[in-house]
Amino acid sequence: MVEVYSFLRKPLILGNKTFAEVTHDIAEPLETKSTTLWWGVFLVTLTMFGLGVVAVTYQIFTGIGTWGLNNTVGWAFDITNFVFWIGIGHAGTLISAILFLFRQKWRTSVNRSAEAMTIFAVICAGIFPIIHMGRPWFGFWTIPYPNARGPLWVNFRSPLVWDMFAIGTYFIISLVFWYVGLIPDLATLRDRTTSKIKKAVYGFFSLGWNGSNKIWSRYETVYLLLAGLATPLVVSVHTIVSWDFATSVIPGWHATIFPPYFVAGAVFSGFAMVLTLMLIVRTVMHLEEYITIKHIENMCKIIIATAWIVGMAYTTEFFVAWYSGNPYERFTFINRAFGPYAWAYWIMFSCNVFFPQLFWSKKIRTNPVLVFIIVIFINIGMWFERFVIIMTSLTRDYLPASWASYSPSIIEIATLVGTFGLFFSLFLIFARFLPMISIGEVKGVLSYGKNLHAEHTAVKEEMPV
Amino acid sequence: MSKRLLISAFEYEKDILGATKTARESGYKIVDVFTPYAVHGLDKAQGLKPSKLPWLTFALGISGAIAKLWYQIWISATSWPVNVGGKPFKSVPAFVPVTFEIMVLFAGVGTVLAFILISKLRPGKKPTVLFDRATDNRFYLVLEETDAVFDVKNIRSLFARFNIVHMEERIETGNGKLLEAEVVA
Repeated sequence: MVEVYSFLRKPLILGNKTFAEVTHDIAEPLETKSTTLWWGVFLVTLTMFGLGVVAVTYQIFTGIGTWGLNNTVGWAFDITNFVFWIGIGHAGTLISAILFLFRQKWRTSVNRSAEAMTIFAVICAGIFPIIHMGRPWFGFWTIPYPNARGPLWVNFRSPLVWDMFAIGTYFIISLVFWYVGLIPDLATLRDRTTSKIKKAVYGFFSLGWNGSNKIWSRYETVYLLLAGLATPLVVSVHTIVSWDFATSVIPGWHATIFPPYFVAGAVFSGFAMVLTLMLIVRTVMHLEEYITIKHIENMCKIIIATAWIVGMAYTTEFFVAWYSGNPYERFTFINRAFGPYAWAYWIMFSCNVFFPQLFWSKKIRTNPVLVFIIVIFINIGMWFERFVIIMTSLTRDYLPASWASYSPSIIEIATLVGTFGLFFSLFLIFARFLPMISIGEVKGVLSYGKNLHAEHTAVKEEMPV
Repeated sequence: MSKRLLISAFEYEKDILGATKTARESGYKIVDVFTPYAVHGLDKAQGLKPSKLPWLTFALGISGAIAKLWYQIWISATSWPVNVGGKPFKSVPAFVPVTFEIMVLFAGVGTVLAFILISKLRPGKKPTVLFDRATDNRFYLVLEETDAVFDVKNIRSLFARFNIVHMEERIETGNGKLLEAEVVA
């Protein structure tokens, strides 16, 4: 395999780093005391999480009646949040697996934290279906194990059971992928740290890694295999999530466009969340030379592409509703854009289709502050997308007599706030104890000490024949 | 049984690649190379064969899929058949998603466990051979001194053009531990 290097391209990592500098820059924040800022933010997110714990505890003790659900609207806030969080997770796997298969070297600066984000987002997502059961202590009944209740098995024809398997597998594989990527870096930290406790913990988890190339070679194979497995997995997970809707007969849900539409939306919202986190991290932890403007630009470009796919899906849905000739479908979509939840629809549409177009301007996508503002809008827009899909179809189904309205109760809002608290608390803990950037992989993409850099003046390009 | 090993240290990727290639082409026995990151092309330079793990992954994926498909059919059609909306008991198309998930789960988790086992890694293991900066910024090439003809000076001059920074001899005891560092250059 011939690799092509060009000196016309800007380096991925700025500042002409040596290997030792990379190790130092990434490991140092883990060896210092937490700053007051860290503690301040952590206390806020922990409080948010505490609020969620109180809300969920109250809901479990009292019942699902504490939510704003009614006979017509059986899914609302919680399933919106579930789909929202699962979608967030998908960008992590996209960066770590799909961009790896496409040999996109810029991923090395962001993949570690994106994968962490995936795991934390899936944890947040998993909470919602479990508490929605009403009796979460029977949650393990979703697992088909031989039991004394008949044995009473799960129904494998149900998309909800598929979903349980999809989310479970996704969580385990993401965790394994993340951990495999961490092993060499844990060894680096083990060999660096002076604290006895840290040495023991990093030593335990680094499995005796010593940098042997025999193991590296096998490791690279395993990493490639995992990337190859995670890529169809991530597509299958959101496809199955969309089947929760698409296999029903509710107007507006029963559509074959749902799987690609959901997967594109997941990648779109996930990249918005990755950028939200990365923009904060690079500033607070001074990693501007690792997470460069080029990384931000690349992610903005993916956002433009996925925004168009999402926009295309929104319009296709309208076209198909009209073209189908089905009056219920037609009504659902007119109601979606102009009915009681039109405000939510237009928030969704403008945040997801109009605002991302600003990224066409290089000035805007190279300005971290503006990018941050726009991605916050996308986060909001993508939450509303799920809200709109669920709300407009459920509140206005076939029978006008059963039409209803829905507004979230304070308990539901507190639960959502709680998951945000959990997500950011976990991310903050991660930032204190594990390297935010893959030390080993970043060293691999440096031009330092490679043959191409032997002569600084000569422009050498090896082209594939 | 003890072996005499010669350890050479390098600073740059291009040097370890060159030195490893030269050592192999000159007929020296390479025990292993230690690097802070996965150096592309080093497998070839060192003469490592591609891992056979992909075959295992394939086998694991297939067995996971078959096992899960059988389990679903057995549950839905044999153990306690339940009529769900008049659908057939063996509704295989509906069993595809879960079969796929379990295939990925078996293949992924199984491959990683196999990798850890074959590489003789385990939680809490102390690294058997560990060079100071192998996980930071140095590359180490370990050669075995196979016979009496093995001349350290020869190798030293062979590696001179690869900016060798350090060279030492060590004895490896039977259990993989390294003893007696003796700096020779």
